[in-house]
Amino acid sequence: MLIAIFADIHANRQAFEACLAHARDQGAGGFVLLGDYVGYGADPDWVMSRVMDLAADGAALMLGNHDAAIDGSADQMNLEARIAIEWTRNELGKPARDFLSRLPLKRADHDRLYVHAEASHPEHWTYVVSTLEAANSLSATKAHVTFCGHVHKPALYSLSVTAKMTAFTPTAGAAIPLLAGRRWLAVLGAVGQPRDGNPAAAYALFDTERNELTYCRVPYDIEAAAARIRQQGLPASLADRLFVGR
Amino acid sequence: MAKPLHDPGVEIDGFRLEEMMHRGGMATLWRVSKPGIDGPMLMKVPRIGEGADPAAIVSFEMELMILPKLNGEHVPRFIAAGDFAHQPYLVMEAIPSVSLVKRLSSLPLPYDEVARLGVKIAEALDDLHRQHVVHLDIKPSNILFRPDGEAVLIDFGLSHHDQLPDLMQEEFRVPFGTAPYMSPEQLRGIRNDPRSDLFALGVLLYFFSTGERPFGESETMRGMRRRLWRDPMPPRALRPDYPPWLQEIVLRCLETEPGRRHPTATQLAFDLSHPADVKLTARSEKLTRDPFTTVMRRRFNTDLTASRRTPLAAQLSSAPIVAVAVDVGEDAAPINAALLEVTARMLATLPQARLACLNILKSNTIALDTTLDAQGHNKKIDRLVRLKAWAAPLKLDERRLTAHVLEASDPAAAILDFVGANSVDHVLIGARQDSFRRRVLGSVSAKVATEAPCSVTIVRVSRPS
Repeated sequence: MLIAIFADIHANRQAFEACLAHARDQGAGGFVLLGDYVGYGADPDWVMSRVMDLAADGAALMLGNHDAAIDGSADQMNLEARIAIEWTRNELGKPARDFLSRLPLKRADHDRLYVHAEASHPEHWTYVVSTLEAANSLSATKAHVTFCGHVHKPALYSLSVTAKMTAFTPTAGAAIPLLAGRRWLAVLGAVGQPRDGNPAAAYALFDTERNELTYCRVPYDIEAAAARIRQQGLPASLADRLFVGR
Repeated sequence: MAKPLHDPGVEIDGFRLEEMMHRGGMATLWRVSKPGIDGPMLMKVPRIGEGADPAAIVSFEMELMILPKLNGEHVPRFIAAGDFAHQPYLVMEAIPSVSLVKRLSSLPLPYDEVARLGVKIAEALDDLHRQHVVHLDIKPSNILFRPDGEAVLIDFGLSHHDQLPDLMQEEFRVPFGTAPYMSPEQLRGIRNDPRSDLFALGVLLYFFSTGERPFGESETMRGMRRRLWRDPMPPRALRPDYPPWLQEIVLRCLETEPGRRHPTATQLAFDLSHPADVKLTARSEKLTRDPFTTVMRRRFNTDLTASRRTPLAAQLSSAPIVAVAVDVGEDAAPINAALLEVTARMLATLPQARLACLNILKSNTIALDTTLDAQGHNKKIDRLVRLKAWAAPLKLDERRLTAHVLEASDPAAAILDFVGANSVDHVLIGARQDSFRRRVLGSVSAKVATEAPCSVTIVRVSRPS
């Protein structure tokens, strides 16, 4: 089966719609969402209703730090993120807030682990930005592949039988065989706020039969997403950064 | 972890081990069979278990990732794989041929045969590079030939794939390869430059044409590192009759700095198949190695080979072979001017591209052909001169420009043949203006555009409306 995996949608309706359509065109039969549905973007309500529909259809959903901040604390976040969280709290209805508060931090499925951030202490929201955090994350699980988000930059780490770590920046559209002899940590790019210098929305497709992972990039209507952010009075920098993917 | 395999008759996933063909340091090769699959097959089983070299495992993993991604006649066809979770193996098409190793006892080979082998290997390398892979272990034992003469590259255990994690690089940080053939940049740990394969091919061409290895056989790091600054003895110093064009090509392949080698394998193949058109530089006449001062400068210049940042595909596409079909007849002036303008514009953005100017000398299919015209001029030479005159305003370095007069009765077929034989990437051709002639004779440009295996740009003189 082909599973579409999304991370860091961040209330960006245009990016999420484009990725969903792309995944369906590719024949995706399962959906996994790694958290941070809200925050930064201007369409949390629309995004949450789609996310809840997907959950009702059997998609696996994890909790992200922005989602946790809706009913919790946003004190650890930077100013712009806090402003966006406070605005989002007023936008979301009770069903969406209740839904978010019930999401798990991680979930194992077959030999795969889904989590928003580094897996050894998911509640610490540690960014996996090097082989160091990747090794910590892989030591906390026996899963063959761990999928996480949070960093907004795609990367792929592996741990060999000789206990050596490798790091790799994936090329969009190229299927990578995740060899059974080693264990893998796939960090997904962000659907709604890419930060690797490529403004196209990012998600990934995992082929469970072939054990192949493909990082995908999907162009979307950035003008519309940015216009919504400005229209809602959110910080302009949150709109500007979408154009450059930073 | 799985047990190592030993015995004929054992079956793995339906593949029956028939005969052990080779037992190497890293893997064992078996001839295998399976009901329902025709043709000869080889199974590669890595040496694992107690005391196994970790590099054997990682290089097998690399091949496990890379081989299934490769297509075409220049690689063995991938058939099946099992990985370390169960029983590691790789089944591929067995090429009914012997490797180049068999030729080692008859070295040196005749120069034209070395060039012919070089063209075939360079074409195979180009195909591999276009599939995002740098081989990094080009040597006689890894080169086979199909019955039709096409070269097949085998063993991708040390290779680098531009779109896959490089497990060798990450895991070892020390250079892996075969000492006599390893490029200077490989010794420095750079694994993503396709021109490393051109260096290794240069070593092979040198060896096959002189009988000597240009950098000896030293396997110590110190011995291997000498090639970072010390150039090899010029072939002409070993064989006085060594053709200058071949020395030019071989020494260019062996340049320390990748930027001084041919930009692509296709361009190398082009030179090897057109000896008369190879631009001869001081390299071609050298009889001694570089002077001490040059060697010292190289030795203490640490930034000679900075790591290549551009993707493999981008580097290849920046150095295409462009062919332009030029009609040198008197009435072709307007279209030739337009062709020149388009060519100049295209080459301006591609400083590594090379240009082949083509002209078709129509051979008479009925009367016996004479190469002399009514005035006694040699028609072919005359055309070459005119072609070069057409290209002169482009001010191209001679190394980037060749002119070819093709004798044929069907111009479009001649152009298509040239494009196919020389792996041309892009054809520029003018459209005939005269609609009467086009109707009667058929359109050459239309046929080329329809049938060429590459991009074709049709150039027209814009008509006043």
